[in-house]
Amino acid sequence: MAVSNVALSLSKVIKPLWIGSLGNTVKVLGSTFVNYREKVTDTREYITHAVKHGDRHTVTLIPGGGIGPELFNHICDVFRYSHVPVDFEVVNVNCSSTPEDDINDAIDAIRRNGVALKGNLDTNHIMPPSVNSRNNLLRTSLDLYAYVMHCQSLPGVQTRHKNIDIMIIRENTEGEYSNLEHEIVPGVVESLKIITRANSLRIADYAFRLAREKGRRRVTAVHKANIMKLGDGLFLQCCKEVAAGYPDIIFDDMIVDNTTMQLVSKPQQFDVMVMPNLYGNVVSNVCAGLVGGPGLVPGANYGHEYAVFETATRSTGNSVANKNIANPTAMLLASCMMLDHLKLYDYANVIRNAVLTTMNETRLHTADLGGQATTSEVVQFIKTMISQGPLTAGLAGGGHGG
Amino acid sequence: MAGGSAWRSTVSRVVGALKTETARPRTSIRGMQTVTLIPGDGIGPEISNAIVKIFEAAKAPIQWEERNVTAIQGPGGKWMIPPDAKESMDRTKIGLKGPLKTPIAAGHPSMNLLLRKTFDLYANVRPCVSIEGYKTPYTDVNLVTIRENTEGEYSGIEHTIVDGVVQSIKLITEDASRRIAEYAFEYARNNQRTSVTAVHKANIMRLSDGLFLRKCREVAEQYKDVKFNEMYLDTVCLNMVQDPTQFDVLVMPNLYGDILSDLCAGLIGGLGVTPSGNIGANGVAIFESVHGTAPDIAGLDMANPTALLLSAVMMLNHMGLHSYGKKIQAACFDTIREKKVLTGDLGGKSKCSEFTAAICEKVKDAE
Repeated sequence: MAVSNVALSLSKVIKPLWIGSLGNTVKVLGSTFVNYREKVTDTREYITHAVKHGDRHTVTLIPGGGIGPELFNHICDVFRYSHVPVDFEVVNVNCSSTPEDDINDAIDAIRRNGVALKGNLDTNHIMPPSVNSRNNLLRTSLDLYAYVMHCQSLPGVQTRHKNIDIMIIRENTEGEYSNLEHEIVPGVVESLKIITRANSLRIADYAFRLAREKGRRRVTAVHKANIMKLGDGLFLQCCKEVAAGYPDIIFDDMIVDNTTMQLVSKPQQFDVMVMPNLYGNVVSNVCAGLVGGPGLVPGANYGHEYAVFETATRSTGNSVANKNIANPTAMLLASCMMLDHLKLYDYANVIRNAVLTTMNETRLHTADLGGQATTSEVVQFIKTMISQGPLTAGLAGGGHGG
Repeated sequence: MAGGSAWRSTVSRVVGALKTETARPRTSIRGMQTVTLIPGDGIGPEISNAIVKIFEAAKAPIQWEERNVTAIQGPGGKWMIPPDAKESMDRTKIGLKGPLKTPIAAGHPSMNLLLRKTFDLYANVRPCVSIEGYKTPYTDVNLVTIRENTEGEYSGIEHTIVDGVVQSIKLITEDASRRIAEYAFEYARNNQRTSVTAVHKANIMRLSDGLFLRKCREVAEQYKDVKFNEMYLDTVCLNMVQDPTQFDVLVMPNLYGDILSDLCAGLIGGLGVTPSGNIGANGVAIFESVHGTAPDIAGLDMANPTALLLSAVMMLNHMGLHSYGKKIQAACFDTIREKKVLTGDLGGKSKCSEFTAAICEKVKDAE
């Protein structure tokens, strides 16, 4: 297994040199030799794996489009500065090419490493339906069934609503995103939304386990079962069944249109929310907007075996790409979530605290928050905060390490 | 351009969007126009009463024909609305409706659904304008959501494929998409709105939302005076809660419309202050309040008639009676802004009748 992976890595490096093919480039930073695979059991008793070479972890990095590449450069910079023992295996995915080789290589890399940090891959919706959304393909292939977003008001950011603290858990693989559409007769199209008992139970169970683990008191299921009686009715039924096994947690439900109305008037009433795929898309974007925008909130996609971290709203940010104005907060916080997942808690906390402290400085707000700071200025300040933290206290000058 | 103008007049007839007072006259007795009034249940009768009083004070040329729409079973067991209600609506073409209750396990589908099917009410229109005097965290909201109301995710077609696997079918047709797009652009043109935004998720639902989007684009070609753009549903949600002023007219399929129209209602203060209109295929238009029947305060003179009143104002505008519409709306907003006589849900302690009387006073003063 290890040998074949090495061969795979080497073949990817050699192929472009021999054949000179463009598109699929894999750069492996750090050692290409796999020493051993470590199985890590997390508190939720799911087996996830992470790859370690000696003391260092290997994580797949998919820069994606838009602001992805520049933000990931900054993340690598911050990680190097903080001596985080993580090496990135970068996989570039070309979104405009039709064959799915690129995304399949990315999926293989994530299977290999177990953990990934990802930017958004543009989906050109003018292309024919046979060209699936790359992001969706990645999620379903790796069975990343739970999308988790923790939406919190940040003290340094001015918003209309205060004291928001909502955890959103969204079913990530089925529902409206099943990719099953056909034209029955010309001019009439059917799109199938699939809800299964198995996946609904799974996501409800995940939500309640997470709520218990984090000491949360209430879980609200969001649905439209008054109209979609069978589909969302099944989802709601599964949530109720799981709730019966958690008597310490209050369970209630709310119809999705009322939910959005409540979110914009009184978002403080929500604690943990669980919902099918599309409503999750809507609710997570509403919540991200409530706390200050897409540049602030990280998101995570969890499966039984793999975990992929990204920004909560999955924005590509094409309009602000390569102008040094993008907000690095969401991506940095996502990388901290990743470090937590790898059990590198100390590093995660130092970087996270540095990011949140920086958020309190209004002069370091980027354009999306109404400020004028550049991405580089923000990152520089974050590094300064890190150098004042416990991690690099013992290091000479906090300079760039290995 | 003869073909173009013939097409436009056909479109105008089909979508029934009228602005000028040269509209086809409806049942006109002594210059009055007749409107079918459906008071509804719960607080319905008292708020309908309030509207009638305010219209009287404004001397609006409206004659009310009251009807009940409790479902009855016709021959063959099919549920339908009472024939006298249907006859009235078909004749007057304009309806004002209060909230209807749908008792659980009544054996018949929701009344709103029955009305929608009976009159082919394909467009649900909700103008969301911030009410000065009723403070919400969002000021300066001024947008309109236009939602396709007959198909999409609410087609009601679901099956259990095997035990534990359910499929719900979302239906998008070319005709319905074109019809709603045409209505949206006509509405924008007739109401001096500058842009129409199509809301979709064609990156995920390539065929269905793709079809919807294509029809919107085709129709946009015929309305070059109105700006057109497209935006993903999640992007709209994200931007809407940060800066709703960037939106003007939004057109979208059924489910997104349901979610977004309620989200926008939340921005301006909730369903108690949001008007709504449903446009049907044969020139029929039913304006309604979208809040519930509030059985706990029914008959206690505590209800807030604002939502139904603003829907009635929408109705006046639709009928071309803009001056009356403006007068009544101004009186309503002024009363709310003064904060002297407000119902409980608006933060005050006054009765419905007092609130109504205050508006009537202002309307009379505006003569």
